[in-house]
Amino acid sequence: MEHFALWLSAFLTLGILSFLYKDNPWYKLSEAVFVGISAGFWFVTLFWDNLVGKFWDGWQDEPMLWVGAVLGFLMLLRLVPRIGWISRWPLAFIVGATSGLWLMNYLASNIMVQVQATIQSLLSTSYASGYDAGWGAMINSLVIVVGTFTGLVYFYFSKEHKGAFGGAARVGIFFIMITFGASFGYTVMSRMSLLIGRIDFLLGDWLGLIN
Amino acid sequence: MSFHRGRTSSLASGLTARLAIFIIVIAFLVTPTSWSQADGPDPVLAGSDSALASLAPITSLVAEDNTYDNGNALRLIWVPSIDDRLIDSKIIGYRVYRLAGAGEPRAIAELPPGSNQYLDETVLRDSVYSYYISTLSERAEFPSNRTAAISPQREWINLDRGYLFLIALAIAGAVIYYVTVAKRGKKLFVRKIAGLEAIDDAVGRATEMGRPVLFIPGIHDMDDVQTLAALTILGRVSRTIADYESKIFMPVARSLVMTAGREVIKSSYQAAGRPDAYSDDMVNYITDEQFGYVAAVDGIMVREKPATVFLLGAFFAESLILAETGNSVGAIQIAGTARPAQLPFFIAACDFTLIGEELFAASAYLSGEPRQLGSLKGQDVGKVIAMVVMTVGVIALTFAEAWKIEFMQDILDRLSIIFSTN
Repeated sequence: MEHFALWLSAFLTLGILSFLYKDNPWYKLSEAVFVGISAGFWFVTLFWDNLVGKFWDGWQDEPMLWVGAVLGFLMLLRLVPRIGWISRWPLAFIVGATSGLWLMNYLASNIMVQVQATIQSLLSTSYASGYDAGWGAMINSLVIVVGTFTGLVYFYFSKEHKGAFGGAARVGIFFIMITFGASFGYTVMSRMSLLIGRIDFLLGDWLGLIN
Repeated sequence: MSFHRGRTSSLASGLTARLAIFIIVIAFLVTPTSWSQADGPDPVLAGSDSALASLAPITSLVAEDNTYDNGNALRLIWVPSIDDRLIDSKIIGYRVYRLAGAGEPRAIAELPPGSNQYLDETVLRDSVYSYYISTLSERAEFPSNRTAAISPQREWINLDRGYLFLIALAIAGAVIYYVTVAKRGKKLFVRKIAGLEAIDDAVGRATEMGRPVLFIPGIHDMDDVQTLAALTILGRVSRTIADYESKIFMPVARSLVMTAGREVIKSSYQAAGRPDAYSDDMVNYITDEQFGYVAAVDGIMVREKPATVFLLGAFFAESLILAETGNSVGAIQIAGTARPAQLPFFIAACDFTLIGEELFAASAYLSGEPRQLGSLKGQDVGKVIAMVVMTVGVIALTFAEAWKIEFMQDILDRLSIIFSTN
């Protein structure tokens, strides 16, 4: 059985990789198996984790779970065309609650923390933490302050990017693009680990060519 | 005899009772703290001359939940040791001990003489704690009674975030102001956003080529604002598609997004006067599994060969796979996400990319509605506030550190209180 699972995994892995050549029946089979099994897996997981694990096991102790259960039931009313419009209520609840919850979180994390982190001394050679950092730290501070400020100018939509304002926005987009360049290289390297994982499986676990 | 014996017995019992009372009174007078410390820890003595070093412990120690917080602080209040009032006091300070549940006591703070309260901000919500405080001399410590067990509770209103609320109020006020201004008919300016300008052209191209438009709303659920922003743009895109009588297909990875997507497209087709052209098959659930979804969408791309692909929402490791496949089938691609790690891939492989905030500004830009434009202008006010605070903060910190200017330090202190994010 173990051998069968190993060979099946290798067969499906090669099937997905065959897409690199072109779309073909092998890929279509692997894709269908992947999609079908994963959809079934998630259905079972959500059923046991949410419906049974959270609601069924906890509705007596936690009355608030009934709110979720009722909203979930209202979603199912889509299946009854005559009263299907009721399913918009839970959707409206989710959209409204999400917006409200994230408003304060984003305000705190994306604005307050960013502003705090950007307030840096441009001349002093020492940080609050006490280490003597010299010119390198001053340049570092300058990059953070100028980069953040001009980046904000770029994302200011109420004014045309012309003149000095446009110049600042151009500096801002340079900073953003340099950041993206660095991020691109970093993320590509981390994605390589996914490929290495599959090659390790094919050459190691399946063919036994590497230990 | 019996009378005599009885008298002697009565005398003996009277003496015994008096002796017992005398011993109790003496014991009470000699060791007063041993009575008051019945449920507290014993004194810890570093030296042998304990009598000389003896200090009265603090009294009336009470632990109470700190009000109007997130359930992350307990307040201790006590009456300082009576020896603390002496001019030549031997007290060098107080040490606060905390017991988590039935655990061992742990010293969490040392306070100077004269202290009468302490705020413990290192506790966890709903955990149970008790405290005692030792009065410290040079060579010994004298513990107080232990407090009753208490657990920090979260309140409905958290005053630690008061300034955050005020800033949110200022931005919300600006939004309301601009919405009102826009409703009165004043034209609000919003600069051009290249990616959004291209939407009509991209849909027109699909119509001319007779190929569908593929709309991918990311892989997150409706509790992600990027998905909400993507669905707002979907409203405009599907309206254009309905007008042009083109075709749209939207594979999704979340069931709720499928439901919401169908509602959005249906509304757009109704608004365009073509409700009959709408079909539920335009939006299909694939799977919640990230790479299962990617495999299916890649297959759809190479088989259907869409003329236009929209990649808007929350994307992760699948961003480059999807964008590269879309590019390989010759589709014009408009992408947008607020995830910094994925934006480089979209910039490299797509024709137009909405960077972060542009994705959220898109709905206002596309609709041109006063309400949404006002919201966008209000957000710009928030950015101006951030820029002003940063400028003032950087100047204040630079001057305060380099030239030790007290006034600048005061400004800095105020800013750090306002922008604290507890």
